[in-house]
Amino acid sequence: MVAEFGHFSLIIALFIALMQTVIPQIGASIKNQLWMSCARPLVLAQSLFILLSFICLVFLFINDDFSVRYVAENSNTLLPDRYKISAVWGAHEGSLLLWVLILAFWSLAVSMFSSKLPIQLVARVLAVLGFISVGFYLFMLFTSNPFDRSLPYFLTEGADLNPLLQDVGLIFHPPILYMGYVGLSVAFAFSVAALLNGSIDSAWARWVKPWTLIAWMFLTLGISLGSWWAYYELGWGGWWFWDPVENASLMPWLVCTALIHSLSVTEKRGAFASWTLLLAIMAFSLSLLGTFLVRSGVLTSVHAFATDPTRGIFILIFLIVVIGGSLLLFAFRGPTKKSSSKFSSLSKELFILANNLILIIITAVILLGTLYPLIADVLGWGKISVGPPYFNLFFVPLTLLLGLLMPVASILRWKKTPRLNILKYFNGPLILSVIIGGSFPLMYESYEPIAVVSIFISSWIILITLRDIGHKSSTKVSILDGLKRIKISYWGMVTAHIGVAICIIGVGLTTAYSIQRDVRMLPGETISLANYQFEFVTIEPYEGPNYIADQATVLVTKKNSTIALLKPQKRRYFSSGQTMTEASIDSSIFRDLYIALGEPLQGDAWAIRIYIKPFVMWIWIGALFIAMGAVLASLDGRFKKIQ
Amino acid sequence: MVQLVNKLKFFLPLTIFTGITFFLIVALDRDPNYMPSTLLDRPVPAFSLSVLGNESEFIDEKIFMGEPSLLNVWATWCFSCRIEHPFLHQLSLQGIRIIGLNYKDNTFKAKNWLDEKKDPYILSLVDQKGIFAMDLGVFGAPETYMIDSRGIIRHKHVGIIDDLVWSESLMPIWKSLK
Amino acid sequence: MHTLRRYRLTMVIFIVTTTSVAVGLMSYALRENINLFYTPSSVISGDAPVNVTIRIGGMVVKDSLTRSKQSLQSTFRVTDGKSEVDVYYDGILPDMFSEGEGAVATGEINGDLVFIASSILAKHDENYMPPEVTYALDEAAK
Repeated sequence: MVAEFGHFSLIIALFIALMQTVIPQIGASIKNQLWMSCARPLVLAQSLFILLSFICLVFLFINDDFSVRYVAENSNTLLPDRYKISAVWGAHEGSLLLWVLILAFWSLAVSMFSSKLPIQLVARVLAVLGFISVGFYLFMLFTSNPFDRSLPYFLTEGADLNPLLQDVGLIFHPPILYMGYVGLSVAFAFSVAALLNGSIDSAWARWVKPWTLIAWMFLTLGISLGSWWAYYELGWGGWWFWDPVENASLMPWLVCTALIHSLSVTEKRGAFASWTLLLAIMAFSLSLLGTFLVRSGVLTSVHAFATDPTRGIFILIFLIVVIGGSLLLFAFRGPTKKSSSKFSSLSKELFILANNLILIIITAVILLGTLYPLIADVLGWGKISVGPPYFNLFFVPLTLLLGLLMPVASILRWKKTPRLNILKYFNGPLILSVIIGGSFPLMYESYEPIAVVSIFISSWIILITLRDIGHKSSTKVSILDGLKRIKISYWGMVTAHIGVAICIIGVGLTTAYSIQRDVRMLPGETISLANYQFEFVTIEPYEGPNYIADQATVLVTKKNSTIALLKPQKRRYFSSGQTMTEASIDSSIFRDLYIALGEPLQGDAWAIRIYIKPFVMWIWIGALFIAMGAVLASLDGRFKKIQ
Repeated sequence: MVQLVNKLKFFLPLTIFTGITFFLIVALDRDPNYMPSTLLDRPVPAFSLSVLGNESEFIDEKIFMGEPSLLNVWATWCFSCRIEHPFLHQLSLQGIRIIGLNYKDNTFKAKNWLDEKKDPYILSLVDQKGIFAMDLGVFGAPETYMIDSRGIIRHKHVGIIDDLVWSESLMPIWKSLK
Repeated sequence: MHTLRRYRLTMVIFIVTTTSVAVGLMSYALRENINLFYTPSSVISGDAPVNVTIRIGGMVVKDSLTRSKQSLQSTFRVTDGKSEVDVYYDGILPDMFSEGEGAVATGEINGDLVFIASSILAKHDENYMPPEVTYALDEAAK
């Protein structure tokens, strides 16, 4: 009954979304106030029905209704309740339902916080969002309905959730990432509406910016959470694999980063209008493309849980309609009017343009690398995989270049900066960061150039940023008073930029100084690794709620004092019989100790993988800073006035 | 001239997207998971396998001669087979001849499974090492082969057979075999 | 020169140089960093290059896995149903690795036609088969 109810709500939501697409759009074209004002109540109604549908699915999971095929395939009576809930979005059908639910939330948010915007624009924005919802509803109802019954055959037990996904990180990772992906649809809808309305100005940029910032924040959190999950759950100790699915989330992030910066130029200087529109379209297009790549199975990756060609065809058609349509609109209606504002070679505008260009090049490189195996296959060049060295070769130097330009851009003035003032500004930080970068590796046994460069770049970013804060606050009555006067959006930028610096430190030092050792150990055996002693104390059976495991106890000591007692497991899940490595990690601010059980060897011996990863936490701390920066920037007063 | 270039610039993104779409369409067509049986329209390869529950009895490819049959690859480790099983039973009640191929399985567990659930198979061949399955081009379970009365493989279905699959795609083929 | 013109010129030069450098580097990097896939049959027949990083895939032959008693070194054979290749690997085999199942190895072929693997990927679950393995088995059956 509940399943039918959920299915029915889904169908009603589809029809409401159809109305939401058509009525306000026509209203905006013929300037009919009544038709345009239908948009908001329709969005509310659609959200309620999709929420109802989602609650139904959660209910089915909690009550172990295995007559529903999706539940039977992804849950199990032994599964702990929290995983039953996260199993709702653990596979294809449910994750789509989550996708549209989040899209409805974003639409609702737009309809609620847009009272001061022109009704015509709001109607068009909501119509575009409605159109995207319609596409996803049709996709679900025709190819991936989570409420399908496997009747008349009853199952008394389900298959269980993929053990890889039975993890706290996976409860939060998809919803947060989707908040980001789907959030980009708002900037997209605003752009399409602007193209239809034929006007884009500073006010438009001010409306779009807070939505973009929040979507970007979720995307940042989602990606870093995913990378953190891969780090501790996959048992390989890596935190980024250049897997197609990871690339699919990184590309929209990069374009969105460019968009945020170019929006500033459009807002403050009225320039880059068409470029900004294009970026907004691209950011969302890439998140749709990511969905296509993951769901269709054209690229098989670790993450692709569903591979089905009919689904692929459907998404591809949808992709062509949405992306192709908006790009066509852009081609014909894109603002050709040349911006009147001019800027010199030492201006914020130019540096932001450079930032955009670099970010787009990085995106293009990743896109090419991700699609290359597919292109090669189509052209008959053989079965090819593109390895991480390709991506690193570009990503690393370009990101460092970006880091080098970043603080300069942040202190330059709009239009033109006097050359003399500016050189004075950089001398001190430059010398200091060269010294810090050059001397830092002396603390380690080997002198690694990666460490030198990353420490140099991050000190450069942090020093100039700090100096600029000092400069901005010193001109006022007192420093405290000065600090108070600084705008919150400036604090947002500073926080995000420092976050990038922290990330660079984490990535650089982990890459330069990580130690990995795969060893064969017998209980009682001890090995030494970089001043740490690892004693393999015992290996014992351990019983979890839905698995049994071999659990090792490893005592870590340094100079005879205990550092940590680590208990990595090798699990075997009852229902699926799958084996899983559960690594055990001792995290601290300056290093992680990471132990994973390999496989049992002869006798009591085990293959054990030991890592010492310095500064690895900084990668995720940096990401948190970036996300926090986005929140601060979106709180700026100038955005509030217009809502 | 300058104006034309300026206007054309706006078509650049669309052009790039069209290029990417072209590759995506072709790639989708070449679905990497598509597994045609290399033996389509060829006779069932020769084999000699014991029967589940009666290990001393050996069966060869002649079992497929005389009337059309389904060859269903199953195993107790395969969850999807559990979903498929009740429907196979229904098919067998309709008089459809189903021969099982117990694939890379524990024979003891397999016998229990058939005792517990009803047995839809005329008999189940035991292919513990997967040698016959390798000849057939089996990639996993469940898979079902449709074999005509002369022992020629006419169709291969990968994945679960349920009501929908049967009535929409397999039933017409089955009828044509008769 | 006129400021606007000079600005335009710098812009054009900047964009053109960065793009061309990027394109050049990209094509170079793609050539250097792609790993071609070969089937065990093509390794045995000598079609696969020696001492170049490639990937091979197929089924792990039953009873072919041997492990060293002292270290993590292991050897096994991979087949596409036609030919078998010896694979040597020093490290921890993945969770899903087992005899009779599909696996994809990245590494190099040495002079004795032994594949020295630097990483091993195993199939993910019973419903999933690395597409390369499917491809290898298909090719061999032709």
